[in-house]
Amino acid sequence: MAKKLEEVVTPSTPALRSGSKKGVWGWIYEWLTTVDHKRIGMIYMTIGIVYLAVGGIQALMMRAQLASPDNELFTGNFFNQLMTMHGTNMIFFAAMPLLFGLFNYIVPLQIGARDVAFPFMNALSVWLTFFGALLFNICWFFGDAPAAGWFAYAPLGLKTYSPGPGMDFYVLGLQIAGFGTLMGAINFIVTILNMRAPGMTLMRMPLFTWTAFISSVLVLFAFPPLTIGLFLYMFERIFGGIFFDAALGGNPILWQHLFWIFGHPEVYIVIVPAFGMVSEIVATFSNKRVFGYPTMVVAIVLIGFIGMGVWIHHLFTVGLGGMINAIFAVATMLVGIPTGIKVFNWLFTMWGGKIKFTTPMLFAIGFIPTFVIAGVTGVMLAAAPADYQFQDSYFVIAHFHYTLYGGVVFAVVGALYYWFPKFFGRMMHEGLGKWNFWTMFIGFHLTFFPMHFSGIFGMPRRVYTYNPGVGLELYNVLSTIGAYLMGVSVVLLVINILYGLTKGPKAANDPWGTGRTLEWAIPSPVPEYNFAQTPYVRGLDAWFIEKTEGKGKLQAAEPLGPIHMPSPSILPFIMAFGMFIAGLSIIYHQFFFTIIGLGIWAICMVVRSMNDDEGYHIPVEKIRSIEGEGA
Amino acid sequence: MASEHQLTTGLNAGDRLRLGLASRTLEGRNKILAFWFFLGGESVLFASLFATFLVLRHQTANGPTPHELFGLGLVFILTFLLITSSLTSIFAVNAMERTDRKKTAAWLGVTILLGLGFLLLQIYEFAHYAHEGLGFKTSAFASSFYTLVGFHGFHVAFGLCWLTAVTVQVVRNGVTTVNAPKVFIATLYWHFVDVVWMFIFTVVYLMSLL
Amino acid sequence: MKKFFNELLGKGDYRFMRRRALVVLMTALILVVLTGCQQEYKMSILDTAGTVAEVQKSLIWLSIYIMSFVVTVVTVILIYVLIRYRRKPGDDTPPKQVEGSTLLEVVWVLVPIILLAILAVPTVTTTFSLEKVQAGDNILNVKVTGAQFWWQFEYPDYGIVTAQELHIPTGTKVNLELETRDVLHSFWIPRLSGKTDLISGRTNFMWLEATEPGTYIGKCAELCGDGHGVMDFLVVAQEPADFEQWVANMKNPQTEPTSALSEQGQQVFAQSCASCHAVAGTDFAGTAGPDLTGFGNRQKVAGFWDQTDENMAKWIKDPASMKPGSLMPAVPLADEEIEALVAYLKDLK
Repeated sequence: MAKKLEEVVTPSTPALRSGSKKGVWGWIYEWLTTVDHKRIGMIYMTIGIVYLAVGGIQALMMRAQLASPDNELFTGNFFNQLMTMHGTNMIFFAAMPLLFGLFNYIVPLQIGARDVAFPFMNALSVWLTFFGALLFNICWFFGDAPAAGWFAYAPLGLKTYSPGPGMDFYVLGLQIAGFGTLMGAINFIVTILNMRAPGMTLMRMPLFTWTAFISSVLVLFAFPPLTIGLFLYMFERIFGGIFFDAALGGNPILWQHLFWIFGHPEVYIVIVPAFGMVSEIVATFSNKRVFGYPTMVVAIVLIGFIGMGVWIHHLFTVGLGGMINAIFAVATMLVGIPTGIKVFNWLFTMWGGKIKFTTPMLFAIGFIPTFVIAGVTGVMLAAAPADYQFQDSYFVIAHFHYTLYGGVVFAVVGALYYWFPKFFGRMMHEGLGKWNFWTMFIGFHLTFFPMHFSGIFGMPRRVYTYNPGVGLELYNVLSTIGAYLMGVSVVLLVINILYGLTKGPKAANDPWGTGRTLEWAIPSPVPEYNFAQTPYVRGLDAWFIEKTEGKGKLQAAEPLGPIHMPSPSILPFIMAFGMFIAGLSIIYHQFFFTIIGLGIWAICMVVRSMNDDEGYHIPVEKIRSIEGEGA
Repeated sequence: MASEHQLTTGLNAGDRLRLGLASRTLEGRNKILAFWFFLGGESVLFASLFATFLVLRHQTANGPTPHELFGLGLVFILTFLLITSSLTSIFAVNAMERTDRKKTAAWLGVTILLGLGFLLLQIYEFAHYAHEGLGFKTSAFASSFYTLVGFHGFHVAFGLCWLTAVTVQVVRNGVTTVNAPKVFIATLYWHFVDVVWMFIFTVVYLMSLL
Repeated sequence: MKKFFNELLGKGDYRFMRRRALVVLMTALILVVLTGCQQEYKMSILDTAGTVAEVQKSLIWLSIYIMSFVVTVVTVILIYVLIRYRRKPGDDTPPKQVEGSTLLEVVWVLVPIILLAILAVPTVTTTFSLEKVQAGDNILNVKVTGAQFWWQFEYPDYGIVTAQELHIPTGTKVNLELETRDVLHSFWIPRLSGKTDLISGRTNFMWLEATEPGTYIGKCAELCGDGHGVMDFLVVAQEPADFEQWVANMKNPQTEPTSALSEQGQQVFAQSCASCHAVAGTDFAGTAGPDLTGFGNRQKVAGFWDQTDENMAKWIKDPASMKPGSLMPAVPLADEEIEALVAYLKDLK
């Protein structure tokens, strides 16, 4: 029996099913016009997984080349393109969307809210991210990909040394996605500050929400220097402005500063939420509250704060002088202290607990020693004179993959397993999940631990080959084998997601049994309006309190009544598309179309401003039918 | 979204009396808080532009230097126009608090006119410098000057469009709890643009000449 | 088959499997760690032959000791906790909910601070000590110029120029002035010293001192384009007497052809190479490419490949096929002309 497309793509999970519109096009239109934070979260996470795969394939290609010093698979410029695409894709289009997707879905639930503060702007953010990622990645079809590395140092990335349009795709793709990220950050900040349920003081918020908050504040302050840097880069490449080209009076170090004032906080932007996820998972599966909650909060704030002030450690070898290097070396080391606090607090959350080794818990446990290794190599790099040896070597590659993959990706994959039943009302397969974990864990360490040695034994980074006979062959082979094992683990993850969507055992509101935070109090999958009645929060770990000290259900803070929801809109998608047109046209100097693209944006803004959204109401009978008895 | 069903979190009757019209609804409070944070990000944005200018301002290549170009007279007029427009925008907000539709629109109109004067004069200023030989590509000083001051000018232009849209809505719908946050935020943006100009006036013009 | 997969997917007694897997894992991890301990490494930063690298190595070892201690403590506690506090099957009652312990938290704030201080103090002192320009009697000054994708070395004290192979005397402090002709590069000799970047529009400085004679591999350590991966150079540290002899030879190099083939090569050189390459003691004074004085004594072709007739011929025929992005054109030459050139170049001693 032939299946309709919508039956295939929206399997038996009501979360993906069409609300009212019929047919495939109706289903697509629903997703293009959604302003629901839950659906926007899923779009973000889908973008993230897609580019995780794209960036992963780029990595596997590089590792194939590096398996032997005699290889000539991908050399010279093409290798540099792979390397640039890999890094940029992973940070901007895999990690950030995955994190923003999780913020989007989970934070309003954890604070007892019905949506984020600005649902329309939320949709705009995700579509800007989508089109920015698309613009960046279609460069291949235009014949030239950027090849100056993800940090695009000048003058290598300027017109003289990168004459093709590849670098322009880099600049415009990142710029467009960056606007979306900034908007998203403001959205989360205001949501968290203004829309918490009654009784939820800041010090009663779940740690994941805290990390979403601090990460968003970091975005707000770290992205503008990148925005400016990218504008200057664009003006220099496209309009002949003089900013970074020393030959004409510019200053290449200016770009380095602008980039790294963004770039260092960026890595804290991605790791801080990972800390939040680990806190949630460890507490849930130890059946015990987080050890030292107030200190955990202070630690997150400190990490964010310190993270804004250490960027010079990326410029240790630029020759800025002993005083500057010494100051920033010590400042960089300081971040180890609040991080250490968090690690020990996680250990002591488990101490005295009753640990359940579910798949998410395995990822959280795997995170801990991996991230400690990452952190200590970071402190090693912070010692400036040592960094003079390590800088731009494989030791640095080892360090940042330990933090970004062993840190962020482990946490995110664990979080996907953890919250999957909440998203879809179904569980992923536990056995396959364990295979996913072990292949990922072993593959990861096999890939990146040897890189510490490659670096120590003299291998610089961003090279397509290395000297034979100096002892580097073994480590490169190990790294390549590990990389392919990691590829297998990602395939297993995708299979498990598909399994969960179609055949996973049904999940109730608190499928793990030991949920502590508000999202576990509401049905799985989450109804459109999240909470039938905004809850009254009695303390930290609000759901745990109601389960153990209360009646096993949330206390309401308002009577049951019709719920006001924001209307969907196609404008965000159109606006983002207008930006895409503007970006692509700038790259090819077709400024007429740039005006069209920006004009689309401007007109939509005016239309939106002039038409105040009345929204619509969900009637009480519908709420009652969704909630079942007891509503 | 303003709605009688929406919980006004943390607001009691006393709060509601004390708060300005723009802050009565959750939507209004959200917008205002969001905007303050946005201005924080914009401050870092302009700080980066100022840093760029400060690094590159001595690289005049063979082109004109600030000494040869800048005339304080013109700059004083620009400043006067912008400061006055900030003042008139405050009058507009006061009228808004009194729910006086006519006066709000009128003072917003004056603000827009003064801002337009600033923008036109600035465009004249740039054309004059270009005529004197300072093109965008002439030198690193030129590029960083035009970028910094140009970004500010773009913010002025955007602000004018925004204020116009808000004024139209006030004229059409009167002063409501939906419009009030828009008036407040648009004028807040306008003050920010004015403050940035103060810095430009000092760092770009005064410091180059003294 | 089904039973096998069921067991794999955890439906069987997977505790036994888990124990087995754990043993395999631990063995693998130990093996991976141990791989770092064997072999002889030719460009290891821990196999130092210079005073600067020595200072950096002691800082690195200090950091390794401190950080190994941290990793060990965390791992031991983690393993203990995972075994001791695992949930007994069916036990779903929550354990005692502990809020925290001020004492413990103070401990794990103070101890890291102390550990960091132990590392920070020598970090600061060595940062300052390594940045000093070397002054005194026995100093050698070298001007390093990086280009896509090769290195030029000038000795202003001696009035000689060479490329790709830097000769220095042992036991002598060498002040290096670093400049680039085009994009950013970075000058790194792992066994002798950490690196310093070459920044467009700026002159950077570093110093080093070789303690043992030998040949040390140098790497470019800042992405500079297609050929970055093969932009190597060599540092040949010699006893001072040998170094003086090298300098004398560079001032009065052998430039006469020693065979008919070589003489033919000299003519080809004048026609096809002299516009970019210079050779001291001749009329050839091109500056676009590396100086080729004494090329016959060099160990490598184009910095990366062993100097053999075959490699030399291959390089001359099509440089970009060996070094991607090389700006040296593939001058159309017949194979005998190339053979002649190779003979001539080998005569430059």
